[in-house]
Amino acid sequence: MSAAILEVRGLNKSFGAVVAAKDINVNVMPAARLSLIGSNGAGKTTFVNMVTGYLKPDSGEVLLDGKPITGLPPRRITQAGVCRSFQIPQLCETMTPTENILVSTEIAAGGAPHFFRPARRRETLAAAAEMLERFGLTEFANRPVNELPGGVRKLVDIAMSLAMKPRVLLLDEPTSGVSSEEKFPLMDKVMAALAGEKAAAIFVEHDMDIVTRYADRVLAFYAGEIIADDAPEDVLSDPAVQKYVTGTAR
Amino acid sequence: MIRVFGLAALGAVLAIVAGALAPAWLVFTMTKAIAFGLVALGIVGLMRGGLVSFGQGLYYCAGAYVSGLLAARFGVSEAALLLLIGAVTGAAAAALVSPLIARYRGIFFAMLTMALSMVLYGVLAKATPIGGTDGFNVPRPSFGGWTPGPESADLALYVVAVVFAAVAAALCRLYYDSGPGLVALAARENELRVEYLGASVFTVTQRNFILAGGLAGLGGALNGMALGHVDPFFSYWTTSGEVVFIAILGGYASAVAVFGAALIVELVRSFSGQYFPESWQLFLGIFLLLVIIFLPRGFGSLWAKRATGAKGAGE
Repeated sequence: MSAAILEVRGLNKSFGAVVAAKDINVNVMPAARLSLIGSNGAGKTTFVNMVTGYLKPDSGEVLLDGKPITGLPPRRITQAGVCRSFQIPQLCETMTPTENILVSTEIAAGGAPHFFRPARRRETLAAAAEMLERFGLTEFANRPVNELPGGVRKLVDIAMSLAMKPRVLLLDEPTSGVSSEEKFPLMDKVMAALAGEKAAAIFVEHDMDIVTRYADRVLAFYAGEIIADDAPEDVLSDPAVQKYVTGTAR
Repeated sequence: MIRVFGLAALGAVLAIVAGALAPAWLVFTMTKAIAFGLVALGIVGLMRGGLVSFGQGLYYCAGAYVSGLLAARFGVSEAALLLLIGAVTGAAAAALVSPLIARYRGIFFAMLTMALSMVLYGVLAKATPIGGTDGFNVPRPSFGGWTPGPESADLALYVVAVVFAAVAAALCRLYYDSGPGLVALAARENELRVEYLGASVFTVTQRNFILAGGLAGLGGALNGMALGHVDPFFSYWTTSGEVVFIAILGGYASAVAVFGAALIVELVRSFSGQYFPESWQLFLGIFLLLVIIFLPRGFGSLWAKRATGAKGAGE
């Protein structure tokens, strides 16, 4: 199991009497497509928040390539290679998708800042255009994002994260707020963009059709615990999952 | 880069020709406008990072006092050197307080900057060895060893001011269009996202703040020389407020617009001060209202259509 990119060991987190994470253990392999399911309050977002540094776990460890990143601020965790997208897209609203991607690639480039080198250079613009094309966003490239529809904004948000070239990409409810007929095309685009990336993708999802179609592994959360961790069909046929998560138990 | 500096050089030449043809009172007014424009240019940098400082008077005053004291007490008279000293002083003072101030945002940032500037005002007002509330006189500077007579002193200082302003505006334009400049704009729009992309909003703020301090110190040193006098009112909150006014008038899209805005404010002040001494602020207020209503992103938005796509270069 040492080949795992991301290892989560014995993570615990409580808010007063509410246990949001109880002994969470997960190993994530390169190029994994891992889905987190569970009802509201089950601990999915707490997991994402602890891995990305928004919350500090009470105990336990998060390792990226064997190196601890537990409790680092989000910025340092991103620099280490764990990036996230947001349930409500977090964009630079008056900028265009191209400019939003340029912000990502500029930060991702790292190194000493070049104060007198234009941000819009042939190579940076080409890279941004290529990233937008992967998400099928070319036609929206030069319109301010605050004028774009919800599904497109979601994709721009995810594209910004992917432009960081992360090792692990966490997607917080990529299809929430998107109409049901848009969900599959949106996920198709995300998965197409991820194809060929070694990055592991972890997505929080409520729609079981999405989970079965796009995940190769599912973690089911209930009351802060992982109650199932397996291939989608096995998890979704698990009686406990059917009782507590999907509500399909007969 | 060549284009930006080319435009800056062209702007500088035009401004110098205009100065050579202008009456003496206007040259003096334009020099003052450049001084305020430089301070406002610093605020524009902060605005691009999503912040407004109401205390640039501190760095403006620090630059004016240190360069003024060197001129008055230690016989340093070279204008360009004094201006550079003013800029370094302003930047150093800003660097000193930046670790504290860059933690704050919005109104807290604005109020804290203002409070600090009023502290300097209070200290200088009590500092009788350097003039207390009266301040002190700054001797006329020299230019490459040449000390002009009273008839050409204003024009000589104006030329130096134009050169400094052109270089400052060109460098700011390059910075605005650079990667770090884009990240600063992103921080203005969405700090959370910028942090989650792995950049430090604190560092962005600190950088813009030190830059603004340097520009304010440069403006202060220039105005000290132009007026031939400095006093603690350089650090008073109304001075800072006036520069914010100029920055808003100019808008954050352009590095040139602030100089135009500063000139307009100086002209409105001169004329209405002469004809309506009790109510000149009223005219300035009406003028600002019109700009806010019809050009909410400032004058600069007239020729720089999009903040991030701005192509205008510096005067």
